[in-house]
Amino acid sequence: MITADLNIILPEIVLSLFAILALLGAVYTSKDKLGSLLVWLTAGVMALLAAWIGLTGEGTRIAFNGMFIEDAFARFAKVTILLSAAAVLVMSEGYMKERGLLRFEYPVLVALSAVGMMMMVSAGDLMALYMGLELQSLALYVVASLRRDSVKSTEAGLKYFVLGALSSGLLLYGASLVYGYSGTTLFSGIVTVAQEGSTSLGLLFGIVFLISGMAFKVSAVPFHMWTPDVYEGSPTPVTAFFATAPKVAAMALFARVLHDAFGDAIGDWSQIVALLSLLSMFLGAIAAIGQTNIKRLMAYSSIAHMGYALMGLAAGTVLGVQAMLVYMAIYVTMNIGTFAFILLMRKDGQPVTDIASLNLYSKAHPGRALALLVLMFSLAGVPPMLGFFGKFYVLRAAYEGGLAWLAVAGVIASVIGAYYYLRIVFLMYFGEDRSDALDRNSGGLLGGFLVASAAVMVLGIINMFGVEGAAAAAALVLVN
Amino acid sequence: MEHHLLSIVTFMPAFAAAILAIFLRGDDAAASRNAKWLALITTTVTFLVSLFVFFEFDPNNTQFQLIDEADWLLGLKYRLGVDGISILFVMLTTFMMPLVIAASWNVEHRVKEYMIAFLILETLMLGVFMALDLVLFYLFFEAGLIPMFLIIGIWGGANRIYASFKFFLYTFLGSVLMLVAMVAMYAEAGTTCIGGCEVSLLTHNFGSESFDLLGIQIVGGMQTLMFIAFFASFAVKMPMWPVHTWLPDAHVQAPTAGSVVLAAILLKMGGYGFLRFSLPMFPVGADVMAPLVLWLSAIAIVYTSLVALVQEDMKKLIAYSSVAHMGFVTMGIFAVNQQGLDGAIFQMISHGFISGALFLCVGVIYDRMHTRDIDAYGGLVNRMPVYALIFMLFTMANVGLPGTSGFVGEFLTLVGTFKVNTWVAAVATTGVILSAAYALWLYRRVVMGDLIKASLKTITDMTPREKWIFAPLVVMTLYLGVYPAAVLDITGPAVAALVNNYDTALAAAEAAAQTAQVSN
Repeated sequence: MITADLNIILPEIVLSLFAILALLGAVYTSKDKLGSLLVWLTAGVMALLAAWIGLTGEGTRIAFNGMFIEDAFARFAKVTILLSAAAVLVMSEGYMKERGLLRFEYPVLVALSAVGMMMMVSAGDLMALYMGLELQSLALYVVASLRRDSVKSTEAGLKYFVLGALSSGLLLYGASLVYGYSGTTLFSGIVTVAQEGSTSLGLLFGIVFLISGMAFKVSAVPFHMWTPDVYEGSPTPVTAFFATAPKVAAMALFARVLHDAFGDAIGDWSQIVALLSLLSMFLGAIAAIGQTNIKRLMAYSSIAHMGYALMGLAAGTVLGVQAMLVYMAIYVTMNIGTFAFILLMRKDGQPVTDIASLNLYSKAHPGRALALLVLMFSLAGVPPMLGFFGKFYVLRAAYEGGLAWLAVAGVIASVIGAYYYLRIVFLMYFGEDRSDALDRNSGGLLGGFLVASAAVMVLGIINMFGVEGAAAAAALVLVN
Repeated sequence: MEHHLLSIVTFMPAFAAAILAIFLRGDDAAASRNAKWLALITTTVTFLVSLFVFFEFDPNNTQFQLIDEADWLLGLKYRLGVDGISILFVMLTTFMMPLVIAASWNVEHRVKEYMIAFLILETLMLGVFMALDLVLFYLFFEAGLIPMFLIIGIWGGANRIYASFKFFLYTFLGSVLMLVAMVAMYAEAGTTCIGGCEVSLLTHNFGSESFDLLGIQIVGGMQTLMFIAFFASFAVKMPMWPVHTWLPDAHVQAPTAGSVVLAAILLKMGGYGFLRFSLPMFPVGADVMAPLVLWLSAIAIVYTSLVALVQEDMKKLIAYSSVAHMGFVTMGIFAVNQQGLDGAIFQMISHGFISGALFLCVGVIYDRMHTRDIDAYGGLVNRMPVYALIFMLFTMANVGLPGTSGFVGEFLTLVGTFKVNTWVAAVATTGVILSAAYALWLYRRVVMGDLIKASLKTITDMTPREKWIFAPLVVMTLYLGVYPAAVLDITGPAVAALVNNYDTALAAAEAAAQTAQVSN
């Protein structure tokens, strides 16, 4: 019995063991000198695990009496999480090393938070959910303040911690209410109690608090306040990490809870999620217009994108979940490319994040400017880039789910949002000639990530590299 | 029968653009020359291959032909095909592009990127006219914005930034509404296939029962709403009054070749959209909205002709005259009869040649004097007799002189409209007079009179390259003017089928409405 259970969570065990061994090994040997090696090792282990999970997993397996679920949905999310975390780790190595930030704890913490995320997406029980969430969050609080001699970075870490603790509190309160009114913490048990139309008021309260807690993690409006500050304050590679893997995990968890635990009370939560989606899309689009710092801009951009992903969720259908998963996969790819570019931005050897410094960038680096142009148009959702298909997917899901008004609002928000992505393109191509241009550095690995991500945005429209089919299978498992 | 001819025509320019982007290195004169030649050869070969399409095409068959099909994302299909309505637009595009490239021979600023932008633009425009899947259509339709945005923004004139932003946001706003309507159409019909499938949008009857929305009765129901959403997009692209203001700005700032592409081809996408989507798919909605569109067209013709009269910038003047001519097109389309629709298509094709040629005419003297101010010229006929002759021909064609292609389109649309709405036709006819006023006055001020201005004393006549660019346009304008059947024979059967379906659908909807009333 226990062997079978352990067998199911083997990938998580392997990653945890690796993290602990790496920690011990580094502490007892040469500490920070091992940083580079550990980054590559961790990325390698994650990529291997992703391949293992993606290629060998099949069917649905349940461990620990339903507390842990290993199905196509979890696998889709895990592969996305592991691959994006590995990509971000590899991207950050050079940057961290140059600035003396490459402590050996960094890859270890990222690995631990990845374990937390894997727990989250597989959670079949409120307890397991909370365990995963906290493991993930605690690791993230620490990496946010990795640059401990910088006021902004420590502030980012502290802000994230305080507000994160608040959201965990909300979530726990919701969980306790749900437990109180349903008598169980297992999703499979809750779903029998939470029936459409006969949900008790207490249970409804529980749902609302659970949703609030999770909305905080995906930084949906009105629980988004921490995002711009944390994005700006954290070291850029860490920001890149925040923008990718944790978002996928939180979004997958969101879908998991809503469908597995409250799948028969869609009418009760659909409106709440739709409202979150609406607010996020508009706030993300409007607030980003005035930003001058590209990291803050990306923060608002990610808020808006979460709004679109939530739109798929709000539909409450198989297609909706599928749309959400596809959207997240595309979003992560775009963000990896964009952050690779932000990591490349430097002037006189110092990293800069000021958008104005991109003035006439296309003259110095036509290739990279073109890649960023593709990414920006894709983020804005202009066809024929892949980003458009992501939007089209969620809009269709929302419309078919009876949320036509939300689809219309999403379209309007995307027009507003197009403005600030366009502004970056505009600066790069039509800006004024100024002397203080960015350094002409060789991109190396980062340039590769940037170009690869842009290429995916263009070539992906042929068949999406099979992500579509995987997402469909994943969504089917979750909703039925 | 398996056919990949259309895909070859569509993607050949993009393929050449990819070769340019990947293999052509450097920024020197040799690289620029290679880029220009590769672009010219590619567009010419594309035109030659498209001639095969033209000769394979059977005008008497009103179905989609030469269909090229493959599976694609999201359960959608990649489908290209042509019918009597779209084939001429395809030919217009492939015909104009080599001329456009030849007209840009003097570009010196970032030549490689310039050629890449134009080649990609050609692929996208061809895709718009051939796409037989709604999403594929939208993809091409919207993606055309990106290269055009860059063309105006990088190679345009002094105020180019403002113009490119206005262009982008205006058209983007218009077409996102269309996206919502597309989703609604998919949800209702269950397919995105435009035509020629088992279930296709062209044969689907969209709901037309009137209903109340926020207390307002929507006559024509869903069809009217979808019509409005599509209209918002196509009217901006067209452009119709009052959403035409982006066009003069974009034209003035765009380089000559950009203006030609814009006027000759991009403006036709809106009209094509009306013919492909608005009329056949939402006949009831179109019927409800037609009087409004007719009046908007009449206003456009008169108002923009008056505005054109007072322009001091040559390109702006021609841009406003384009808006007026597009007014004839929308008027003809929404008359929905054989003459009106034939005339509208004819007018679009002929306007492609004429306005393209007029912008090239402006380009010829702009290249020499670097100003578009009408006041800066005068008496050019003394130094540039050939130019004066060619400019004369196209001015007359723009006015709609019989014997040129401009006449046929205007006449047919007016006849078609007269049958439906005499008042609109009467108002629009004054536009013909006004167009004579502004076009001839422009010609007089630029070409006639004595050559007084010192700066013009050394101006040279057209070079052989420039003459060669104009030659095909002159031939086409006169040929279509004396033998309009060359176009009408091809569009005729398809238009007849469209009108027939439209009338049947309207009658059916009316009958259904009456039965509903009786049963109440």
